[in-house]
Amino acid sequence: MSTEVKVPQVRKNDARQNDVRGNDVPRSDVQHTAPKGVKLPIYMDNHATTPMDPRVLEEMLPFFMEKFGNAASRNHSFGWAGEEGVETARERVAKLVGATTKEIIFTSGATESDNLAIKGVAEMYREKGNHIITAVTEHKAVLDTCKRLEKYGYRVTYLPVQKDGLVNLDDLKRAMDDKTILVTIMAANNEIGVLQPVAEVGKLCRERGIIFHTDATQAVGKVPVDVNTQNIDVMSISAHKMYGPKGVGALYVRRKSPRVQISAIIDGGGHERGMRSGTLNVPGIVGLGKACAIASEEMAQESCKLAGLRNRLRDRIMGRLDEVYLNGSGEHRLPGNLNISFAYVEGESLLMGINDIAVSSGSACTSATLEPSYVLKALGTGDDLAHSSIRFGLGRFNTEAEVDYVADRVIETVERLRELSPLYEMAKEGINLKDVKWAGE
Amino acid sequence: MSYSDKVLDHYSNPRNVGSMDKSSADVGTGLVGAPECGDVMKLQIKVNRDTNVIEDAKFKTFGCGSAIASSSLATEWVKGKTVDEALSIKNMDIVKELSLPPVKIHCSVLAEDAIRAAIGDWKKKQQTAQPVTAEAK
Repeated sequence: MSTEVKVPQVRKNDARQNDVRGNDVPRSDVQHTAPKGVKLPIYMDNHATTPMDPRVLEEMLPFFMEKFGNAASRNHSFGWAGEEGVETARERVAKLVGATTKEIIFTSGATESDNLAIKGVAEMYREKGNHIITAVTEHKAVLDTCKRLEKYGYRVTYLPVQKDGLVNLDDLKRAMDDKTILVTIMAANNEIGVLQPVAEVGKLCRERGIIFHTDATQAVGKVPVDVNTQNIDVMSISAHKMYGPKGVGALYVRRKSPRVQISAIIDGGGHERGMRSGTLNVPGIVGLGKACAIASEEMAQESCKLAGLRNRLRDRIMGRLDEVYLNGSGEHRLPGNLNISFAYVEGESLLMGINDIAVSSGSACTSATLEPSYVLKALGTGDDLAHSSIRFGLGRFNTEAEVDYVADRVIETVERLRELSPLYEMAKEGINLKDVKWAGE
Repeated sequence: MSYSDKVLDHYSNPRNVGSMDKSSADVGTGLVGAPECGDVMKLQIKVNRDTNVIEDAKFKTFGCGSAIASSSLATEWVKGKTVDEALSIKNMDIVKELSLPPVKIHCSVLAEDAIRAAIGDWKKKQQTAQPVTAEAK
């Protein structure tokens, strides 16, 4: 006897089914009607990048045409105008993180900042030691930089993380030795939004005279970051994760107690106190400055709003679907981050079903390497659940109506795909999937 | 990555989704892949024991859109074919029909495996069932 499962059929966009000649027109996607006040597609991938705030663009515009001068041109008004824009930005960045202006170096973004911090410290303190400590859930900009240094004779310890995604401070203490010159631990994770105990890590480093770098790309502008109270020595900052332009970032380098020195990795005209040569990206830097100024003003309020939206999304989805798992700590987390796994549903097929919503997945199928997310694996999430994960990144411009629409679409698609899933069927029959001998293993 | 229209069509309107009684003598079940790898396909066929023709096919798939489309297409293709004809379906036929990109070729391989596994299961059942029918005569 055969049973036909009714899989809800997706409505097609009738308008595009036939062209004027009555031929079938290739259909690239299926269309859903947006509720009132919601414009499709919805962007909810704010850890990948954020849309620019219109106030940032407004601030930048004069620096393309009127104030185009090279900030390093010291002898005419064109140069002075550029320099003024850069120095205002430097003050704004410094203010947001509790630094002084002389401690801010502008770069092309967080990847360059991470490279400069890690390679710059490694080279400068080579005489003192060759050991670096980081964590397995760091961004590739940190991990791959550390891997390269291993080729040059540095020793790197990759700390594991706990089930909640946080590093264990005892593990860190145990890993430190008299050759340790640098600890690099991120402030907030880009996939699971987990906030590391930065102040405590910094304190342990300070006590032992070890330099502490943090990749704060996802944290700055979202949660309070203060280089002094959190004992940070070197810190990477990105503009485009906080409603600023792409291609610009900054590196904080502590000047006092202790004074940190780094070797340059880009040689040239000696810009940025010799730490980063190259003509300054004045409009970009101005944009980063404005983004920081807005964050200084609005972060407290905005993070409350985002946490509210994120919790609403979480509660709606988890209220309607069973076997949905939160990845990473619920408590130590960026307000706009929700990373959850939908058991028995593969992430890429879920993304396909919600193609009017921009989110990302830890599924192997969405990565270039065909490996599921190394961050989720590090938490001890099984590969099966890593394949089923979706990252929602809420941001400044998301609304409650969007959250409700996204929740409904996710629920409907997961239910549809579970009806299609042999794993869901087996689980419902009481088969323990862990006991099955899979042919593909 | 963009999907071909045929993949989108099978994903949105999958054919022959469902399950058959796997203990039935005329049903062959193939279960291939592994959850850890991100793809599991279950493909079932119902075979007419006099003609060896596959009269019905059903599938369920955990996997990406291309995996769902490959198995949906496989059920369409095996229906109406004899068991031997169905065994001649090659993964590259599926790749061609669905215009799968190179990174998705493994989805088509899995679909071919699923067809072979389902037929293998059915054949095994026929061998064990044979002596019983012989005795009954």
